[in-house]
Amino acid sequence: MGRLAERLRGLRDRGEKALIPFVTAGDPNLEVTEAIVLAIAEAGADAIELGVPFSDPMAEGPTIQRASERALASGTSLRRVLELVSRLRPRLDTPLVLMGYANNLLSMGEVGFAEAASSVGVDGVIAVDLPPEEGPEYFAALRKAEVDPILLAAPTTSRDRLAMLAKETRGFLYLVSLTGVTGARQSVSNTLEEEVAAVREISDVPICVGFGVSTPEQAARVTAFADGVVVGSALVDRIARAPSAEAAVDAAARFVGELRAALR
Amino acid sequence: MSTPKREIAGAAPKGMHSEADARGRFGEYGGRYVPETLIAALDELAEAYPRITGQADYQRELEDLLTTYAGRPTPLTLARRMSDDLGGARIYLKREDLAHTGAHKVNNVLGQCLLARYMGKPRVIAETGAGQHGVATATAAALLGQECVVYMGAEDVERQALNVFRMELLGAEVRPVESGTRTLKDATNEAMRDWVTNVRDTYYCIGSVMGPHPYPTIVRDFQRVIGIEAREQILQAEGRLPDLLVACVGGGSNAIGLFHPFVEDDGVGMVGVEAAGEGLDSGRHGAALCAGSPGVLHGMRSLLLSDDDGQIFPAHSISAGLDYPGAGPEHAFLRDAGRASYEAVTDDEALDAFVYLSRMEGIIPALETAHAIAHVRKIAPQLGTQALVLLNLSGRGDKDAPQAKDLLAARAERT
Repeated sequence: MGRLAERLRGLRDRGEKALIPFVTAGDPNLEVTEAIVLAIAEAGADAIELGVPFSDPMAEGPTIQRASERALASGTSLRRVLELVSRLRPRLDTPLVLMGYANNLLSMGEVGFAEAASSVGVDGVIAVDLPPEEGPEYFAALRKAEVDPILLAAPTTSRDRLAMLAKETRGFLYLVSLTGVTGARQSVSNTLEEEVAAVREISDVPICVGFGVSTPEQAARVTAFADGVVVGSALVDRIARAPSAEAAVDAAARFVGELRAALR
Repeated sequence: MSTPKREIAGAAPKGMHSEADARGRFGEYGGRYVPETLIAALDELAEAYPRITGQADYQRELEDLLTTYAGRPTPLTLARRMSDDLGGARIYLKREDLAHTGAHKVNNVLGQCLLARYMGKPRVIAETGAGQHGVATATAAALLGQECVVYMGAEDVERQALNVFRMELLGAEVRPVESGTRTLKDATNEAMRDWVTNVRDTYYCIGSVMGPHPYPTIVRDFQRVIGIEAREQILQAEGRLPDLLVACVGGGSNAIGLFHPFVEDDGVGMVGVEAAGEGLDSGRHGAALCAGSPGVLHGMRSLLLSDDDGQIFPAHSISAGLDYPGAGPEHAFLRDAGRASYEAVTDDEALDAFVYLSRMEGIIPALETAHAIAHVRKIAPQLGTQALVLLNLSGRGDKDAPQAKDLLAARAERT
């Protein structure tokens, strides 16, 4: 079992919930991202998602779109994100997950990417636009390299498909909380609890909910039935609005601390 | 007049075949590279499309719209002066410029918007570059009483104010897209985001033979009417099939519409003409089939313009309709299979051809179409006088007149 699965199983055994913050790597630059990752790990993140910026992020709302643009403008590339992970890994035991898009993630080739990710200490990868049917070589290469390919499920996903996704995913199943793109929302979907229950009926894979979860209250509500929660845009927004790099690190750590407190 | 789905009578499938497999792939290209939310919608579409378009009611209604509304069949015109001037092949023009809204786009939007109605989706969305597909979708939506939202890059909104007005006049809402390069590819991303969000009641009417399966097949099938008609017409005019088909390629819908009914005719050559922009070496072009590499964008695996890191390059062309960093997966397949070849012509050559056809035949072509004309000008003199070339005159150039006026004035100043 990899670091990510082990962490999530451990939390579940102790009756605790997983807090998984998302930041876009390289926003505003990779040095600041490095400091933010260390600070939010310290503030209580159970795993951290690093967004790999792509020029055409189809599933992102405006907040992460703009973060991706800033990251690309600061010279961020997949190779540099992998270098960031290799710098972080000796100082950090927190599982790290890359989240990005197929054209970017596959630019090194399936095996090349899987081996590079494994060697620097990436624990899982989420490819937003790569359903399992389209990337058998990619999923096989990741598993062989002992990196978890994490799959998404959506409110529109059929029951049969949900069973397939729950079976094929590794680490956890990323349940998209709404039919829509990433971004902060006023409220959490009413049907979410039923969707989580539907997965529970067919699988004991840990379920983490993301897309649209933006406040400590929402995070607490979601984790009343899910195993964990991913918070992205609301954190990215705090980093973007901070007047300086130091303020961004502080704001990120403070917000993750508030989320952590709400999950206890 | 044939419906788009009908097969060509008497065509023996002895040569190659070009259809997506069960996974929506043309060889290594195509597929469904989309966020999980859209999988159910694509499944629904893949189920509904053959079922609905196979119904007699649907076929009758579409055929009626194509005939009595869009003005089909469009004529095939022998370009006498152009043929004489170039001193080689006899050149025929398939006159999609005479279809309603002035381009081939209407064939596709009528098919898809009618499909949306049969599927019970009251809201239609579309992406547009210069505004041609947006205008066409707004037209079909007005005709069929559908709500219509068109996404358009903010830069294109500024450059194409007249088309924005047309769409609004037709009752559509135009939403400017401020992200990325503020052009067609970003408008496509935003349309995908809308669809992800409103997938239950919304039909996404894609404008070219691109995007996730089954769109490349759907759009191709609706555009096949071009090639089916042209085939009958040239047989009637000349008693034989043409030697060469030529069409411009952005996403590639007018080209595939002309090519596909001839794919199995071994003797018929096919050339798709892309935008070389300022030159293929300049890095400022839209020639994904000539100079791109395999990758994933907008739900499909195809040939794309992207860098070593997998970031998409902004495309460039004088013609907004060719200003796209990819091309449809079936074109990538036909290229690899050697069944069609792809060439590129520069902005300057296209502008020359825009003027040339206007003076030679009294037809002002779209700047997109001018790329195909520019290529024919190059190759026709090398072909024998017995050769037959069929060029898809995909759209008329009224929309480009203001831009062409400025470009020609700027050129006159330089010389």
